[in-house]
Amino acid sequence: MSSHDLMLDVRGLTLEFGEGPQARTVLQGVDLTLPAGQAFGLVGESGSGKTTVLRCLAGQYRHWQGQVHIDGQRYHGERSPAHARRVQMVFQDPYGSLHPRHTVRNALAEPLHVQRQDRVDERIDEALEQVGLPLQFRHRYPHQISGGQRQRVAIARALILRPPLLLLDEPTSALDVSVQAEVLNLLAELRQRHGLTYLLVSHDLAVVVHLCEHLAVMQQGRIVETLSSQALCAGHAQHPYTRALFEASES
Amino acid sequence: MTSPLLEVKNLNVAYGTGAAPVPVVRGVSFTLGREKLAVVGESGSGKTTVGRALLRLLPRQARVSAERLHFDGIDLLAANEREMTALRGRRLSMIMQDPKYSLNPVMSVGAQIGEAVRRVEALSKTECQARVEALLERVRIREPLRVASQYPHELSGGMGQRVMIAMMLAQKPQLLIADEPTSALDVSVRREVLGLLDELVNEAGLALLFISHDLNLVRAFSDRVLVMYAGRVVESLAAADLPQATHPYTQGLLGSLPSLRQRRAVLPVLQRDPAWNSDA
Repeated sequence: MSSHDLMLDVRGLTLEFGEGPQARTVLQGVDLTLPAGQAFGLVGESGSGKTTVLRCLAGQYRHWQGQVHIDGQRYHGERSPAHARRVQMVFQDPYGSLHPRHTVRNALAEPLHVQRQDRVDERIDEALEQVGLPLQFRHRYPHQISGGQRQRVAIARALILRPPLLLLDEPTSALDVSVQAEVLNLLAELRQRHGLTYLLVSHDLAVVVHLCEHLAVMQQGRIVETLSSQALCAGHAQHPYTRALFEASES
Repeated sequence: MTSPLLEVKNLNVAYGTGAAPVPVVRGVSFTLGREKLAVVGESGSGKTTVGRALLRLLPRQARVSAERLHFDGIDLLAANEREMTALRGRRLSMIMQDPKYSLNPVMSVGAQIGEAVRRVEALSKTECQARVEALLERVRIREPLRVASQYPHELSGGMGQRVMIAMMLAQKPQLLIADEPTSALDVSVRREVLGLLDELVNEAGLALLFISHDLNLVRAFSDRVLVMYAGRVVESLAAADLPQATHPYTQGLLGSLPSLRQRRAVLPVLQRDPAWNSDA
């Protein structure tokens, strides 16, 4: 497969914090390839670096080393308007990621204003409709809607610039199981309808397997195993950590 | 053993004053012996409120009433504050959900555990330190000396959770209320913490009230399950019988879980029935 068909191509992503003898390597050469339209899961224990990978790709950490191509273009860690149109991120806790004193409308309008785009109100209506929220929700504040609805707003905010690649950081782990099912269904449906590519981080193997065709298991800043969800469910995992994770999730 | 350790009959908790208090727990009854009883339900279903009501840790505006709220023959509703203080921690203990907010941020972890240790026994400083170290080791913390000198903000969520368990262990309670004790933990650590709790129930005869929203975990870990919805217990059954649950809410919750065994394109979404709220 040539690199042109890839939505995301990461080679040797390495990240260190601190300097000199105190330097700590948190990512040790991570390689990832995601064809356009694929959903790919990253699993691993906390501190294994899975969220850090997303943060590097979102431009929140900029001092990493390695080669990253997003949608065929080289990415160096900059936070540019063009980057924001290619990649958006959905965070774990929608209460923390939405401004408490901005209405839903303001939260959704901000990326459009930054990008100097027009038809703002029309686009907001479209985005709300996409995530299945009533249009009058635009006037609400985050504390006036439920956790599941807040996560829908966060997804609408991420989608409003129509990026082809979404970084999902534990998008359902702050939600109740009954609400988790709704958000997972929404994510699956949006991907199908718009041909989106997902990079999903989760500690819940069942969620990853539900949404993704392929997944990678991380431990201490490295990918220790990459396999298809099908292979995992058929019990073909090789690495002991993957097996432990699988057994723990199966019960 | 004739009577169970804990007896709860028709427990009600409401918030607010005046003509229309808002009920948050409605008519909850259960008994607990030396076993693992799980309380499951979504956020807002009242499961944590039940746990806090047992320790009388609810805010003053909460109105708690019950036909019976007895722990080892002691009427918890009639006990005065001094009697409650003697019970809390020593005989009735609770592990809170979030170590970030439950540990003292300006006190080292070792000092906090030491405080719990010294509540039970007067020990010299070195004896106390040794006990703290042993407790940290017991909750599988690898470098107990280093961790004891650290402050809560230096710990990960899983470590903080284990520190709280160590504080609880320091006083050897008979009844433990564990509020989502493993939701901040990784799979590997979770298994160790659950193993530790299991050991305490089997060997030390601890009674465990396990509050959780994780149905898979509850099914594998506990003996009995109470399912709460909108402040009421809608179903009470043996954990092994969960797949045969009869209440539509329990069935809906189980059905909405993604599964590794059976992959489905669309997950069934829970349809709520207003009738579940009524006292039928």
